[in-house]
Amino acid sequence: MKETIDQILYSKYKRQIKKEKKIVTIWQVALFLLFIGSWELLSSSRLIDPLLFSSPSKVITLIYTKLGDGSIIGHLSITLFETIIGFLLGTIFGIILASTLWSSKRVANIADPYLVILNAMPKVALGPIIIVALGPGYVSIIMMGAIISVIITALVVYSAFNEVDPNYERVLLSFGASRWQCFKEAVFPATLPTMISTLKVNVGLSWVGVIVGEFLVSKKGLGYLIIYGFQVFDFTLVMSSLVIIAIFAAIMYKLVEKLERWLIKHTVS
Amino acid sequence: MSFLSLEQVSHYYYSPTSYTKALENISFSIADGEFVSIIGPSGCGKSTILSLIARIMEQTEGHIYVDGENINDSSVQIGYMLQQDYLFPWRTIIDNILLGPKINDTISEETHQQIKQLLDDVHLPGTEQQYPDELSGGMRQRIALVRTLITNPNILLLDEPFSALDYVTKLKLENIVSEMIKRYNKTAVLVTHDLGEAISMSDRIILMDAKPGRVAEIFDIPESIRQTEPFYVRRHEEYQQLFDHIWQYVSEDTVGERNHNHEGDN
Ligand SMILES: Nc1ncnc2c1ncn2[C@@H]1O[C@H](COP(=O)(O)OP(=O)(O)OP(=O)(O)O)[C@@H](O)[C@H]1O
Ligand SMILES: [Mg+2]
Repeated sequence: MKETIDQILYSKYKRQIKKEKKIVTIWQVALFLLFIGSWELLSSSRLIDPLLFSSPSKVITLIYTKLGDGSIIGHLSITLFETIIGFLLGTIFGIILASTLWSSKRVANIADPYLVILNAMPKVALGPIIIVALGPGYVSIIMMGAIISVIITALVVYSAFNEVDPNYERVLLSFGASRWQCFKEAVFPATLPTMISTLKVNVGLSWVGVIVGEFLVSKKGLGYLIIYGFQVFDFTLVMSSLVIIAIFAAIMYKLVEKLERWLIKHTVS
Repeated sequence: MSFLSLEQVSHYYYSPTSYTKALENISFSIADGEFVSIIGPSGCGKSTILSLIARIMEQTEGHIYVDGENINDSSVQIGYMLQQDYLFPWRTIIDNILLGPKINDTISEETHQQIKQLLDDVHLPGTEQQYPDELSGGMRQRIALVRTLITNPNILLLDEPFSALDYVTKLKLENIVSEMIKRYNKTAVLVTHDLGEAISMSDRIILMDAKPGRVAEIFDIPESIRQTEPFYVRRHEEYQQLFDHIWQYVSEDTVGERNHNHEGDN
């Protein structure tokens, strides 16, 4: 008898959760439709300038035709490629830099003011210099995607290294471990969750770096399409590119989130 | 024969704004196979002494010898069980236990058999593939003990290994440890806050003073108590008398009324 009451209460709770979820979804869809609908309406009734703000129907048509002739796939894939590589490089080099700082207190002390300045500096402002140094190609753009996250990754991971309970190292030292062994067996694995959580931040940062990079030099990519559309006054193209960026940035974020969960489950039990 | 000896050891902790004199002129020696307990108020430098013997840090002044050799030149294996278990949460029990052999690159088929034996000894067979957070505090401490013993240390340093346990578990563990130390013939130094534990497990007790940490008194435990298993010592007829005797010194110490004229007694 008692168990059935418990079950009834529990299924009531589950129903409530389901109901709440439904309400949230309905609101989300409604807001989306409202936004698209009013945009379309305002544009077609010329309350806003359709030349500047385009309209959903035009954006969809454009994306559809560009998907059809395949031209957008090229732009999309180059931007995705640059972002992923930039993201990986930024994260990996950030962690390597953090490890170097950890390996020598003196190096860390010497580097400190430079890291503070580099961190405070808006990295995209370095764009022109990077382009001059590496040439106006995708190497520069990948660099921009990487450099934007490398310093902050290094600082976050380095401070996480320092927060690892020194007693884990003491355990290893009592076995006669070297500093490198302490790093490998205690400091690095204890910091994995922090490293994994930087991934999510970095993927967003890399999009910024890459799009700005494409603004500056590229002949290809979504950033280029935005700048090109702006220059030839084709705002439907600008809007279409923005929509595609929004979709793919969200997909990538979700994938990294999945990867994060998987990594946490499989490395830090 | 003195196996491990400290001579005029002092240790300072430095920080940019201040320093702490943790130990002042500590001298004592321990014979091969002897079990010595260190007791004293919190902050008197007990853990510091163990860290120095474990070669985790180097003393500011003085010398530590093992078998007549400077401890840093000696190849003697020293096992140190810290104040908490510090099992690595991301490693399974077996991987935790294998840390020492892994670092010393001595993993063999024999190591695995030994682990099986030791896990049996501490009544935790079959836990190899579990993670530390699946075990209770007392179980974790026993695993930490196995992790310390698997490197076959000649000297075993135990820093309040039983402090976080309920009374019965604690008595049982005292027995297990004491029995294993005798069986494997280890020299052991135990730090504890529990005078009863010190009496029931050791051959000698070193009582320390705080601020700065120094040796206040050394007590020999009578043979009759030493022969008794820890589990039963507390019911031994001589136990209460000895307890009261040492307690006088301990309480004087914590009340802080001692003037340091006991020092020459030993
Ligand atoms: N890493 C450190 N840095 C600075 N001071 C320290 C450090 N470790 C210990 N001390 C100081 O040295 C003294 C002795 O510390 P220690 O940990 O050896 O005491 P203890 O006898 O083990 O105390 P407890 O019984 O509380 O564990 C204390 O005054 C403590 O504040
Ligand atoms: Mg201590």
